[in-house]
Amino acid sequence: MAEYQQFDYDVLVIGAGGAGLRAAIEASSAGVKVGLICKSLLGKAHTVMAEGGMAAAMGNVDDRDNWRVHFADTMRGGQYLNNPRMAELHAKQAPARVHELEAWGAIFDRTKDGKILQRNFGGHAYPRLAHTGDRTGLEMIRTLQDHGIHLGIDVHMEHTILDLLTDAGRVTGAFGYDRERGRFKLFTAKAVVLGTGGIGRVFKITSNSWEYTGDGQSLAYRAGAALMDMEFVQFHPTGMVWPPSVRGILVTEGVRGEGGVLRNSEGKRFMFDDIPANYKSQTADTPEEGWRYVIGDKSARRPPELLTRDHVARCIVREVREGRGSPHGGVFLDIAWIKEKIPNSAEHIKRKLPSMYHQFKQLADVDITQTAMEIGPTMHYVMGGVRVNGDTQMSDVPGLFAAGECAAGLHGANRLGGNSLSDLLVFGKLAGEHAAKFAKESRAAVVNPDQVDRIARQALEPFNHTGGVPPYEVQHKLQEMMQNLVGIVRREEEMRRAIEELAEMKKLAANVSVTGNREYNPGWHTALDLRNLLTVSEALARSAVERKESRGAHFRDDYPTKDPEAAKFNQVIRRAQDGSMQLTREPLPPMTDEMKQIIEEMK
Amino acid sequence: MATATFQIWRGTRESGEFKDYTTPISDGMVVLDAVHQIQAEQANDLAVRWNCKAGKCGSCSAEINGMPKLMCMTRLNQIPLDKPVRIEPMKTFPLIRDLVTDVSWNFEVKKTIRKFKPRKPDAPDGSWRMSQADVDRPQEFRKCIECFLCQDVCHVLRDHHMHGEFIGPRFMIYTAQLEMNPIDADDRLPDLRKSQGIGLCNITKCCTKVCPESIHITDNGIIPLKERVVDRFFDPLGRLFRKFGG
Repeated sequence: MAEYQQFDYDVLVIGAGGAGLRAAIEASSAGVKVGLICKSLLGKAHTVMAEGGMAAAMGNVDDRDNWRVHFADTMRGGQYLNNPRMAELHAKQAPARVHELEAWGAIFDRTKDGKILQRNFGGHAYPRLAHTGDRTGLEMIRTLQDHGIHLGIDVHMEHTILDLLTDAGRVTGAFGYDRERGRFKLFTAKAVVLGTGGIGRVFKITSNSWEYTGDGQSLAYRAGAALMDMEFVQFHPTGMVWPPSVRGILVTEGVRGEGGVLRNSEGKRFMFDDIPANYKSQTADTPEEGWRYVIGDKSARRPPELLTRDHVARCIVREVREGRGSPHGGVFLDIAWIKEKIPNSAEHIKRKLPSMYHQFKQLADVDITQTAMEIGPTMHYVMGGVRVNGDTQMSDVPGLFAAGECAAGLHGANRLGGNSLSDLLVFGKLAGEHAAKFAKESRAAVVNPDQVDRIARQALEPFNHTGGVPPYEVQHKLQEMMQNLVGIVRREEEMRRAIEELAEMKKLAANVSVTGNREYNPGWHTALDLRNLLTVSEALARSAVERKESRGAHFRDDYPTKDPEAAKFNQVIRRAQDGSMQLTREPLPPMTDEMKQIIEEMK
Repeated sequence: MATATFQIWRGTRESGEFKDYTTPISDGMVVLDAVHQIQAEQANDLAVRWNCKAGKCGSCSAEINGMPKLMCMTRLNQIPLDKPVRIEPMKTFPLIRDLVTDVSWNFEVKKTIRKFKPRKPDAPDGSWRMSQADVDRPQEFRKCIECFLCQDVCHVLRDHHMHGEFIGPRFMIYTAQLEMNPIDADDRLPDLRKSQGIGLCNITKCCTKVCPESIHITDNGIIPLKERVVDRFFDPLGRLFRKFGG
């Protein structure tokens, strides 16, 4: 019998980034007992790294903006594979969620008349992103954290959940351990909210931190929930490429929003060469028009650098492949050039993009107010995740909810920059609200001791193996393989090979051995994270093989165009009885007449 | 290939020692890269906290050759490599293991500070109007990434262990951003004076020196707060005015 400490909650929230914190705040405010699990310390979750801002059609800078435009932009960006109900709720509720942050102490940058300032971002028709310099994620997570600590939420810092507990098809809690001492913890709960973020550590070059190992997706999958759209992985066009140790660290899209341009080694702004048909009418014809857009001329259209991330990333890959890249295998992102246009440009850049200035100065010896940056694509975000009901955020498993990056639906085939922070707030709130409601209507959870024993035994296995492979070796091998075989540009035979190699790596992972004891042992933690990394890698590879077209973030060399038939379904992954992974195609959720009309109007 | 040697603290609260690890180094490497490399290749169980690796989350605080720094923002070309680079955990907080310390005290302190309380909204939609000039200062303090290096280096905490009487520089500027938020309507000066020990800070500015976000903790945060406390509680004329002026 495993030894553990037990905690009983109405709602257990796993993950303490934007979505988890917002869910915990909402559930707690509804009067239920809430436990919150953080994989790191409170306030360090990946949300802290978000830079550009949160999209909300407040119309503070351009009064032509409203929820309908935001809805249409989100759907267009997602190539219409989005759950339209989620896109609608998101567009309608985001402004209220932003105002609420201000009421909790957030301080956004201001317009001249004292309102919340909004900035331009890729794929958004109007300046829409509420922001605080280029550290909006920090502003958001700190605000939620500082508000949340006064609400009586029980916070468990540096804990990892190993598996969800279920009984008669319903979720009843979770079992995990504290990273500090390695002691097991049992959390019973009438409802569980997943807000665990993404899967970035599947790849070698990523903007994501070590925490992003696909935990929520894998926990939900093993508990019987469906995953959706796992083939859609966003490569952010602008990550640092040099020096090697910082490769993949994010360079905010805000650089382009403030007038930054992309150039190849010939000094050419190559983004003008390839503007997709569905964005032609919204995109500037000349650099001069693009600049006028940046400085707020309402008659100008946006520069092609602000096309959607999937497209910009592919154009960069093309330039590099065709020999027009920068010395370290990227292209140039230049904000320094605006000195031709405005006086005191150096001061302006430092004020608008302080952490970018700092980051390049300190890590790469580059002064971005004087010199162009070298950048290239970096794995940034997964659009797919746990399939949820758009109104309640509940998954297929009763009592199990998901919100934020670990849930699927809002972003379809490609996410617009700025729609993530607003996603966290809007759907974190809904998940918390409905989880609390579910908990109030449910009986106390029953825990199955055999299930708990099995999870505990599995978790300690790596200590029993001797002479196995070290966990870091398997992790690096997996990252290298996924980067090469299921990356930005995909091919059938490579992905098939990836699936075969994943089967081999599973065996390797089952035999990793760790040294030392259970106290704050990163080797052991890494060994335990492998299972989830492998689950989401397989879901990703299988989904990508089966989508035989190119759409949004999913680009196939062997099927380079969109297939109208493939526009009609999402791909859904479930765990079969025998434990194998099964993929089905399921028709898109229907759109209301109003939604169809909005999309038609704004084509 | 060039190599460097790192002298890293290994151990727990009870016992420990410095151990030498030699590892290859390359262009642009930071201290955290070296620690990770050692962890992956030589010491799988080497405990270290980190997240963003870009100076944004404030997790990887440590003392590098005696200087409190973020490991992810300290480049190897900024430190002498002809002798071993000494990496040890922050000294002001109890050790958990290796480079990881128990910083939970900070989280407890924050809960004792009166929370943000906005005045009534300025507009019917529930929003407020503030000018950028008025929010520049609190925004400076809100850049804080809670790395707790300022707490680590503060004499009141580090040498005098007055954790019960003094909240430390981090929470001085936390309070400062609340007090200077143009729409906040609460009053934290009595707490600052009594339970939070603002008088204990003797302005040596060590906190400001180690702040990786270059926040002017002392000049822009603590000193103005001290002035407000003095004006309120120790200026006899001011007290008289308040008494009769209402």
